[in-house]
Amino acid sequence: MTPLALEWTGWLQLFGYYLGLSLLSVGGAISTAPDMHRILVSEHGWISDPQFAASIALAQAAPGPNVLFIALLGWNVGLNAAAGAGAGSGATWGWALAGAAVCMLGIMLPSTTLTLLATRWAHRNRQRRAVRAFRLGLAPIVVGLVAATAWVLGRAHGVAASDWPLWLLSLACGLLVWRTRLHLLWLLGAGAALGAAGWV
Amino acid sequence: MTSPPCAAAARPESPRALFVAFTGLALQGFGGVLAVVQRELVERRRWLTNEEFIEDWAVAQVMPGPNVVNLALMIGDRHFGLRGAAAALAGMLAVPTLLLLALAALYAGFADHPAMAGALRGMGAVAAGLIGGMALKLAAALRQHPLGWPIAGALAILTALAVGGLRVPLPWVMLALGGAACGLTWRRLAP
Repeated sequence: MTPLALEWTGWLQLFGYYLGLSLLSVGGAISTAPDMHRILVSEHGWISDPQFAASIALAQAAPGPNVLFIALLGWNVGLNAAAGAGAGSGATWGWALAGAAVCMLGIMLPSTTLTLLATRWAHRNRQRRAVRAFRLGLAPIVVGLVAATAWVLGRAHGVAASDWPLWLLSLACGLLVWRTRLHLLWLLGAGAALGAAGWV
Repeated sequence: MTSPPCAAAARPESPRALFVAFTGLALQGFGGVLAVVQRELVERRRWLTNEEFIEDWAVAQVMPGPNVVNLALMIGDRHFGLRGAAAALAGMLAVPTLLLLALAALYAGFADHPAMAGALRGMGAVAAGLIGGMALKLAAALRQHPLGWPIAGALAILTALAVGGLRVPLPWVMLALGGAACGLTWRRLAP
């Protein structure tokens, strides 16, 4: 960790940053990661570059919504601030938890409030032509976006010539999910085992 | 509290059931929860039909905030109001957050192990496949779309090309293709 002197104004700034970012995070939390890097690492130095990268990689690998990488970023800010304040080992976990809570509350509060109000309104007015057109009209876009997500994740495999086992694994999983009701955890477990054994 | 407009076969019996269901599916969701949500809520528990899932997902997608979290809020709120929304949200976040923080505390010791990196690679490839398979399943719902399946399918493919291939920023895609799709549907729904 990188020791950091974080005043309460700094905490407030961190909270305020996430409050603002919350309303801009259309299309998922991960799409705002570049901006978080700009603020947390480049501008303020609240966390280091390796801490930032490890936070995202860990959150992607662990179960749960992707947005949890923000909790991990806050956790690391807390660790750094605890080191800067010379906190003992017990207090360090307290600082880290506080960091995670500040960031998660900030990113969640505005967007959840807005979503709740907007969807209640839309639900009450669901028979209106405009509301129906909006919901039905976006259906093909959603299908396209889901396909694009698979595409972007798959592209991380790299060149087909050397990484073809990875492509084959993705393709096989896609077909199994489409055509069977095999439990998804079996597929993930198989992927982890094949990867750990060095076969893909 | 409003009653669900559903053709769905079942509904959650309590906020506690929502909490348990969303905790369960969050914990199965490696590399994102999307594919698991469709499998659990539509196919296993039957709280939503495929068509309802797509419509709710569209709304969850255009609202700010994490999509799966928005979806949990909407489903919880529809069945049990604010209590349901809070239960679904807590289910989605509470246990996975604690688990992730525990993993982060453990991770330092194993970060450089090659088997660890390999397992992450393998699971990443599976995650891509899971989402691809789910896209194929959802595409079946476009057959009943008011625009007719050729136009709806073309819009879906254009969106995938724009976002996946050309990396066009999402707001532009939503404005252009989403706007066109909603406009065309609006005309088709004429009373």
